[in-house]
Amino acid sequence: MIETAAAEKTFAPRPPAPSGERPWLAALRRRAFARFEAAGFPTARDEEWRFTGLQPITNTAWTPAAGRLSLSSLPDGVRRLSAADSEVEAVLARLVPPEKSAFAALNAASFDDAVVLEIARGAVVREPLAVTFTAPEGGGVVHYPRLLVLAGERSQASLVQTFTGTGWSFTDAVTEIALSDGAVLEHTLMQREGEEARHVHAVGARVGRGAVYTSHNVALGAALARTDLDVVLAAEGAECALYGLFLGRGSQHLDMHTTIDHAKPRGTSRELYKGILDGSSRGVFHGKILVRPDAQKTDAIQTNKNLLLSREALVNSTPALEILADDVKCKHGSTTGQLDAAALFYLQSRGIGAEEARALLTWAFAADVAERIPIPSVRADVERELGRRLSRPGEEAA
Amino acid sequence: MSQPLLEIQNLHASVGGNEILRGVDLKIGAGEVHAVMGPNGSGKSTLAHVLAGRPGYTVTGGTVLYKGRDLLAMVPEERAREGLFLAFQYPVEIPGVSNVYFLKAAVNAVRKHRGLPEYDAMEFLALVKQKAKLVQIDEDLVKRPVNEGFSGGEKKRNEIFQMAMLDPSLAILDETDSGLDIDALRIVAGGVNQLRSPERSMLVVTHYQRLLNYIVPDFLHVLVEGRIVLSGGKELALELEEKGYGWLEKEPPPVAAAR
Repeated sequence: MIETAAAEKTFAPRPPAPSGERPWLAALRRRAFARFEAAGFPTARDEEWRFTGLQPITNTAWTPAAGRLSLSSLPDGVRRLSAADSEVEAVLARLVPPEKSAFAALNAASFDDAVVLEIARGAVVREPLAVTFTAPEGGGVVHYPRLLVLAGERSQASLVQTFTGTGWSFTDAVTEIALSDGAVLEHTLMQREGEEARHVHAVGARVGRGAVYTSHNVALGAALARTDLDVVLAAEGAECALYGLFLGRGSQHLDMHTTIDHAKPRGTSRELYKGILDGSSRGVFHGKILVRPDAQKTDAIQTNKNLLLSREALVNSTPALEILADDVKCKHGSTTGQLDAAALFYLQSRGIGAEEARALLTWAFAADVAERIPIPSVRADVERELGRRLSRPGEEAA
Repeated sequence: MSQPLLEIQNLHASVGGNEILRGVDLKIGAGEVHAVMGPNGSGKSTLAHVLAGRPGYTVTGGTVLYKGRDLLAMVPEERAREGLFLAFQYPVEIPGVSNVYFLKAAVNAVRKHRGLPEYDAMEFLALVKQKAKLVQIDEDLVKRPVNEGFSGGEKKRNEIFQMAMLDPSLAILDETDSGLDIDALRIVAGGVNQLRSPERSMLVVTHYQRLLNYIVPDFLHVLVEGRIVLSGGKELALELEEKGYGWLEKEPPPVAAAR
């Protein structure tokens, strides 16, 4: 149990009160809440949360409120199911189970209405599927967005998931994505919540035989944000490519955790995460790659690069490779540094102003992740945000 | 006599607390090509970098007037916009920034400073085509990230290409011959020679005389231990080639009047 010294100042979620729900769903909620009560919130002693203090979340008695959901009109080949539909039972809370974390448990116990999208077998969907969750207003409010995407065999689609908001709110989100054999899904994830927001999001993706999952994970907003992206390459020849970009400033804390689980042979994973941290912001990258004994011929490359724009900014980068098969190719690398003084001078010596030179080099640092983002509006958001943050670097100092 | 383009008086500078320049005097008139030679560690490259305003090079005494203004009071980008150009000995690789984008930003910053309209994309690309020919630089290189993966010769050619694009009043070439084979040297020097004009002065810093076979200077200065110990015409280069620098380091000879 969590300590409740100042009860009114402490986040003490209430148990679910399911009414008229299907029994399996009610049972899931009860199980999830029991799990939350038994384990409580993680602490600094918890390895997974070592660099991310949760006081900004646990010290507030958040009130549940309804956020706003915006969903693009669904093209042919895509339909929306309900969490109550029996065919959802087999998947929901399997990819991100309540046992994943206190926050996953709370979400399962408390989510209002999950968004479930099913992409039909063989469907080639050209228009991006846009799902936007806007945090509720009013201050001191929590919401529990939940998204489940079922990508049918050999389907192809692009999903754009956005978290936005303006106020003092807590988002506890869960996204599950199941790619059937041969499916191709490009998942663009943009977190641009308000400056006072707290944001915890667990993404679980299961990639089937010969299927390809690509993720573009961008974190710009929130005072405290933690994203867990767990990908299981669950069948032979499954592939994933994970790109991430986190831009911290002021006193923001942005934590990006990823796990790639190579469960079967001949899987391929590529991962490139970049952090740009200004002011007194803090970034965390934790990238785990697990190669199970069965996953021979695995090919995995992980890279994390971080750029610190101020003396007070900090990043913790932890690659974690656990390789239990012997015939594999695995590489990883991590670097953290500042803007290259020689490059800055080179640009200035050609007439480019110091500020513009810094902006150009910072943009160049982000470019190989930013330019891959397939959604022009999201790419524009990133460009604008980079430009805005760099226009007056002096004000970023905390 | 009209005012020289560049007038260096008793310039002292240090790097990391070590005094490298110990009283350099040098005048460069409009359209003149001056060469500075000297042994390793004599301060040639330091002089080039101090003039361009590189951080970490501290001026501890003396003055530099450029176009009649205090050069040392200008930030590096202002020096560039006023027409000073440094061709680097070791051009910097900048992954993620294309040569074209970089040059457009630079050229337009310079033009804006000079009160000229910025180039649009079409005008700029026409200029690129024209100047690329001058230094025989492949247009594909122009589109690639700045200097990334370029060979030594390509990097130096890219420097001269940038010089052609930026149209400076004073070009400082820092050891432009280093690391070049004879063919690359010929191409780079050919580009430089095409850029010689009555409106453009040059300061060619080199260790070896061979570059001066291709870029023939009007004046030549020998820098030893942070001071110019000898000045003369281009024929001085041959004497140095023959005798080396040793004799200049031992007994300071009378300074021949260059101009």
